[in-house]
Amino acid sequence: MVNSLIITRSKPFEKVHEMAAPYRKVFIVGCGTCATSCQTGGEDQVKEIAKRLGGKVTGKAVVESPCDLRIVRKDLAKSKEALGRADAVLVLSCGAGVQVIADYTGKTVIPGLDTLFIGKIERIGRVYERCRACTDCLLYETGGICPVSRCSKGLMNGPCGGMADGKCEAGGHIRDCAWVLIYKTLKDQGRLETFSKYREPRDRSKKSQPQEILTR
Amino acid sequence: MAREVYSELMKAIGAGKFVFTGEIQPKKTASLDEALRVARALKGHVVACNVTDNPRAQAYLSSLAVSHSIQTEAGMEAICQMTVRDRNRLAITSELLGAAALGIKNVLTMSGDHTSLSDNPSAMPVYDIDTAQFVHLVRKMVDEGVDIEGNRIGGSVRLHVGIVGNPNAEPREAELLKIERKVKLGADFMQTQVVFDIERARSFLGEMKRLPIPVLIGIFPCKSHRIADFIAKNVPGIRVPEGFVAELKRAEEIGEKPLRSAKIDEINFRFFSEFIRETRRTTHASGIHIMTVGYEEIVKRLAHV
Repeated sequence: MVNSLIITRSKPFEKVHEMAAPYRKVFIVGCGTCATSCQTGGEDQVKEIAKRLGGKVTGKAVVESPCDLRIVRKDLAKSKEALGRADAVLVLSCGAGVQVIADYTGKTVIPGLDTLFIGKIERIGRVYERCRACTDCLLYETGGICPVSRCSKGLMNGPCGGMADGKCEAGGHIRDCAWVLIYKTLKDQGRLETFSKYREPRDRSKKSQPQEILTR
Repeated sequence: MAREVYSELMKAIGAGKFVFTGEIQPKKTASLDEALRVARALKGHVVACNVTDNPRAQAYLSSLAVSHSIQTEAGMEAICQMTVRDRNRLAITSELLGAAALGIKNVLTMSGDHTSLSDNPSAMPVYDIDTAQFVHLVRKMVDEGVDIEGNRIGGSVRLHVGIVGNPNAEPREAELLKIERKVKLGADFMQTQVVFDIERARSFLGEMKRLPIPVLIGIFPCKSHRIADFIAKNVPGIRVPEGFVAELKRAEEIGEKPLRSAKIDEINFRFFSEFIRETRRTTHASGIHIMTVGYEEIVKRLAHV
């Protein structure tokens, strides 16, 4: 199975322990979607960290999607009492989930994970960044290969002078140069003119402020 | 329509001369002394000098400051290198206005080595625009008197815009299509990455012939085999001939310093003068760009081949 989702990594336990230290009682929230796939915030990881934190844990719940306030309300309704007794909430999800839990509970939140990227999981131990949420998808003209996330310089008219034998200078010519991949794919598809065309500077304004979608 | 010519570099190329350019690499220093020393040493030998812009993403003395100083204090025309790594479009526009106001005539547009190679590796790489877009920006400023967004500029921007190409790049077609894109956007001249192999330079120039842009081929005389090793390790796709490195190594074993230096000079002069003569004789190149580290003596000799 190949999943594409928000990729997270567990913070070292010492860091979590340090953040939790000032609080007498802690409730733990996991994530049933992305962090479960990443094996960073599923049932097993929630149980494991609860065991390590020991007596200070009042309860735990894996919320289907901690980033969705509607689901958080529903899933955490069952844990009202245990949540109420906690001074802080440890959240094993991406940053969006942590913030929803912060809003919902009004308590101190402890992020148990670091959010890395939107990526593709090929298999355990093989995870790749594939999207930067750039607001203006151009995969049609780049042969399904994203230069925003896969070119180290995010160039629109590559490759750059750092490419050697189809590899990228960043990281020492190990990773494939995204623009050479784009070139090869478009050439195979008989669309080299799409490779050759000039792409204008990107509109960065949408990413310069917090984005909101307000339709209703 | 023929473009106006502002710089000595472009005048010499336009006049059909085979030109030589040199290079100055500012370091992490607040002193201009070394840059001015090199500029003065090369004065009268090369038509202009590139001034590097934080190569290998090391934070060094500003390219624009050094470019201005060598022009006003040493009478050496500058080719001011500017990367898109450290500046967004606002900073680049501002820097170009500054360059034009200070009398800089040539800018060389570059992506810039990635910050992962930096002496400040935690720095944010910018890359707001890329080099094709950079060329387009310079053209708009020079030809239309506006910035990327079309905002009007006071005074006139008299700059030539240069690009870089890599004859060692594989796949070469991708490299050539990229260069062609920039030529169509209006680049004035091109300098290449270092080449040692004349055959490679020749075949690259053969394919470049269809593109209307003067090309200066990059060479790198090496004062020691360590420098040759550094190039071999750090210039993407390059192959430094083993025979050349072996000769340098042998020469370095000579005990007496004057004899040793003379031998190293001879090895470099023989190798590169042959390279230059072949380039002049068998290609349409407009000249040679000579990069060195602390080796002005050889530049002075090679620039008269």
